[in-house]
Amino acid sequence: VSLRQRRRWRAALAAGALTLAVAQAQAPAADARRSGLLDMGPALQALQRDDTQNPGLLMVQDGAALWAQPAGDASKACADCHGPGPERLRDAAARHPAIDPATGRALNLGGRVNQCRTRHQRASPWPTESAELLALTAWLGLAARGQAIQPPMDARLQALQREGQALWQQRLGALNLACTHCHDRHAGQRLGGAVIPQGHPTGYPVYRLEWQGLGSLQRRLRACLTGVRAEPFAPDAREWLALEAWLMQRAAGMPIETPAVRP
Amino acid sequence: MAEHTTAPRRPPTRALVYLPAELKRGVPAQVRATLGHPMETGHRRDAEGGAVPRDIVNRFEAWLDDRLVLSCDWFPAVSANPTLAFWLQADGPATLRLEWTGDHGFSHRETRRLAPA
Repeated sequence: VSLRQRRRWRAALAAGALTLAVAQAQAPAADARRSGLLDMGPALQALQRDDTQNPGLLMVQDGAALWAQPAGDASKACADCHGPGPERLRDAAARHPAIDPATGRALNLGGRVNQCRTRHQRASPWPTESAELLALTAWLGLAARGQAIQPPMDARLQALQREGQALWQQRLGALNLACTHCHDRHAGQRLGGAVIPQGHPTGYPVYRLEWQGLGSLQRRLRACLTGVRAEPFAPDAREWLALEAWLMQRAAGMPIETPAVRP
Repeated sequence: MAEHTTAPRRPPTRALVYLPAELKRGVPAQVRATLGHPMETGHRRDAEGGAVPRDIVNRFEAWLDDRLVLSCDWFPAVSANPTLAFWLQADGPATLRLEWTGDHGFSHRETRRLAPA
């Protein structure tokens, strides 16, 4: 092989690499996003996928009962307004957090349920991590299973998403780590024995084996905050909602898989 | 409003039972049963340092009519919301009865009519 030929090949290779790099920069990474489901072993994946084994379905059953049960001074059940099944609210879990048109405030699905309770049922709101709220949101989540996450287009919501994105990139705690350091830069690698997931909120409320029960996204985030030795935000802080809004935007288009099972 | 006191509020007991849609006479089929239960081990402490009393299901029995076909003794190491899968062979029409009993008078029963073809 002559020297000239070798030079020509090298130039061709370099040009090829360059076009490849440009292509990668232009295409928004076809979809490199993956659900935490795929980071688990086959046994745990089977536990989530099989409705006859998924323990989250127990709580879903409770949620179905709560749906039909009259509550509050108005003595109205969810079913009285929304119908016997969740069909009319089938996309609710995929489209929250959303801006409530009446108040202009952002609400996640649990917040929406509680607003319904106070406004229409004239009942007291359920506490954030209560069994009832988890059960009802799990039931609504199951109704949305398989649907693509689709945050509504609203400038006020986008402002909240940006707030959440800033928090996602904000270093926190004694370990001085931001969410992005683990879940964007080192996703797929290991932290101790566990694979670091990309952190998409596709399956909340999730049945976590460590919790031996259902938990909300806020509970998961709180555990991450204490993990980096930061003080968690107050239970009703806007930061939780901002992070949820950002995470749902970040996972837009990915299918809902509630109730997910996680280790 | 749900009261969150130290005594756990015990919701109605519940279980998920799965049987194949069609059973065949004399052919074993898998039964899966998940019981909703906290399975509190008795080894944990609460936020104030007090012992959390043990609250577990310690016995499971499966009856085919009057015949005990499976029994298990469970101990504190069994996880919350325990799932059990076992193979069952019915040689004729029968009633399957699943019974869980445990601490503090816990009991839950599920019955299914089996009609193997």
